Amino acid sequence: MFDFLVQRAAISVVTLSVISMIVFTGVRMIPGDPARVMAGTEADAAGLEEIREKYGLKDPIPFQYLRWVGLALRGDLGESIRTRESVVKVVATKLPITIELAFLSLLIAVGIAIPAGVLAAVRRNTVWDILTSGASLCGVSVPNFWLGIMLILFFSVRLGWLPASGFVPLWENPLDNLRRMLMPSFVLGTALAAVLMRQTRNSMIEVMSADYIRTAYSKGLAGRVVVFRHAIRNSLIPVVTILGLQMGALMSGAVVTEQIFVVPGFGRLIVESVFTRDYPLVQGVVLITASAYVLINLLVDVSYSLLDPRIRVKGSAGDA
Amino acid sequence: MQTIPKGLWLIVGVGAVVALTLTDAAIAQKKTLVVALNQDPDLLDPTLARTYVGRIIFSQMCEKLYEIDESLRISPQLAANMPAISDGGRTVTIKLRSGVKFNDGTPMDAESVRFSLDRHRTLKGSNRASELAPVEAVEVVDPLTVRLRLKAPFSPLVAQLTDRAGMPLSPTAVNKLGDKFGTAPVCVGPWQFAERVAQDRIVVEKSAHYFDPAQAKFDKIIFRIIPDDNVRLANLRSGDIDLMHQVSPTDATAIKREARFELSNVTGLGYQGITINLRNKTGKQNPPGDLGTPLANDPRVREAFELSIDREALNQVAWDGLFTPGCTPIPPISVYFDKSLKCPVRDVARAKKLLADAGHGAGYSFEMVIVNNPRERRVGEVIQQMAREVGFNVTLRASEFASALNDNDAGKHQAFLIGWSGRVDPDGNIHQNQTCKGSLNATHACDERIDALLNRAREVTEVDQRRALYREATDLFNARRNIIYIYHQNYIVAFPKNLKGYKAVPDGLIRVKGTAWN
Repeated sequence: MFDFLVQRAAISVVTLSVISMIVFTGVRMIPGDPARVMAGTEADAAGLEEIREKYGLKDPIPFQYLRWVGLALRGDLGESIRTRESVVKVVATKLPITIELAFLSLLIAVGIAIPAGVLAAVRRNTVWDILTSGASLCGVSVPNFWLGIMLILFFSVRLGWLPASGFVPLWENPLDNLRRMLMPSFVLGTALAAVLMRQTRNSMIEVMSADYIRTAYSKGLAGRVVVFRHAIRNSLIPVVTILGLQMGALMSGAVVTEQIFVVPGFGRLIVESVFTRDYPLVQGVVLITASAYVLINLLVDVSYSLLDPRIRVKGSAGDA
Repeated sequence: MQTIPKGLWLIVGVGAVVALTLTDAAIAQKKTLVVALNQDPDLLDPTLARTYVGRIIFSQMCEKLYEIDESLRISPQLAANMPAISDGGRTVTIKLRSGVKFNDGTPMDAESVRFSLDRHRTLKGSNRASELAPVEAVEVVDPLTVRLRLKAPFSPLVAQLTDRAGMPLSPTAVNKLGDKFGTAPVCVGPWQFAERVAQDRIVVEKSAHYFDPAQAKFDKIIFRIIPDDNVRLANLRSGDIDLMHQVSPTDATAIKREARFELSNVTGLGYQGITINLRNKTGKQNPPGDLGTPLANDPRVREAFELSIDREALNQVAWDGLFTPGCTPIPPISVYFDKSLKCPVRDVARAKKLLADAGHGAGYSFEMVIVNNPRERRVGEVIQQMAREVGFNVTLRASEFASALNDNDAGKHQAFLIGWSGRVDPDGNIHQNQTCKGSLNATHACDERIDALLNRAREVTEVDQRRALYREATDLFNARRNIIYIYHQNYIVAFPKNLKGYKAVPDGLIRVKGTAWN
């Protein structure tokens, strides 16, 4: 087990090193002179030169990279060029907002997808199945930005029920927080719900044709009991797997949704920092995101090996 | 097990929906004004700041020695009166308003103004240094008088003091925060900095130290950052914001139809034009060279191109007629604008003849670079179509903004559709772009007569005399056509009709001071 952990940790370190190099050079390959973006249209040559000097942009890229990695290893990801705030602090402020958005979206997605998927499977080839499948298709096809604008126009402009945008921290005013997060979570949640619903339906159909379900029916159990007590739980296993895989999509969907609803989360931070060529911020944000993914994968690998020792053994055998 | 009655669930559900959907109006703080900006400002330090939107924040919390009004007239703000100019224009003496305090309670006196001006002039990375470059020294004459010693007479100086270069900063706060002053700036203003959440909002609160508190009718102003035009507009309509900055002309037409909003439209200080590379072959910093293209070498080709453009039609098609057509770098609102100057009107026949005389009767092709955004593309396409009727085949190349600027400096462009945000004094719109050694002259256009006129305009202070000098210079560089000026961008702001007292100043900045709900 120890060897397995060391092996996986080493792979993670190599992955992170490669990612950090890609991020660092990638940011520098974005067209346009960062000094120019920072200085604006109307800066003169002396001003541009001063910016390049100040932020070490004139040094060779490998040298800039090593300097950055050295500081990053000590937990210092630098300061935002635009606002002079610490990158770690900025990320720490924004990340919980996007996590809350992702969590609420997940709740909405599960709340819609599982009952609808079960209904479509149980009432297969009926009008319910057609309706839920149609809704699912719409959910996948409708772009987030369009749905977002439509919701704002209807619920905020026309009806005046919900605020069109903005964010209030949960601990400051929970009710206002929910009011403001409702539409963005819905937009993000419906796209995910569509995918989950299809998966739930297919999985449920498969489970419903299993022998033990037939046995349950033959014992004289009511349909409701068979579905709720025996079928749903088993059909959810692949759904949960898909749910985990969709978390990445949820984060990237948050980029667009946060722009529309002006939610000051991680997605907006990424977009703004790229547009303003705020190098330290882009690098910090991408590195933290990548690290999170690597860490989650590491934990998943470890948990698999704990749950099923064959994975560990197979891995070792393969290596030999 | 006891079950909860269905009716109770219904009541709880309806209650939750009602609570969640309480309209903002119901909980609105009428003593708060919410302003939507299209960009997040950079550092809120007047010495280091660069962005236009940052100036909107400063307008509420950092007053200046001098201010401009709707007609671009300069008047004292933190100064007590207009400056006394002596020693042939080399000494500028400024009397300060008495009893003024910074928003942290520190008194604003001559020493603090000297401290601030010196910081603007000398701090590493200062973006005010070039604006105050003519200033050699700042001296304290008495507790309420400062004297600026200039290297040479420079009449645009007072105009520079109407912007960030003229903002005194609290020495107490500067000494405490150093180069992090922008994280909690303290100046003199009706409102003071309260909070900033990057990419979300900046909040300013009413100052307890401002000398004219009656002007601040709102306890708080919240600036929300909403980059998308459609989303900003939806927020205005839903009442989530009160004041929308930078309304696009197409949206303005729609807003105008809604009786509940007021639109303010003012011609800005800047211009939009087509910069034509004349002799920049290997880079702005290198000696000029022959580009070998008819567009660069033959004035008749450039004249034909200008005559193909219908400025009025362009304004109607691209901007719904809401911008201001023009052919000079000086906006029509400026006192230095010569009203007798008439812009060339479109003349297809003459343009065709000029092109034929230049040996291109069968047509002439060149590339024009545009910044890659829908607005610039629209203008580029209209110009492309107009020029086609004359015989020009203009290829549009959309380029990312910063890359386009770099390529322009490097001499890689033939023609470039680009604007300038504008300055209060015409010198700021012309000198750097049109003089032989101007720091922003990327076309390498050079005419010593133009240099002499523009340098002379820096020395004289009399308005009529300066206007005449600028007119003479304009005639010369308009005939040269290294920049074909096309229009002035307007600043359009929308707000509910019950917001009274809003004044549109040509710099386009929102000034909340003096406005109030009716």
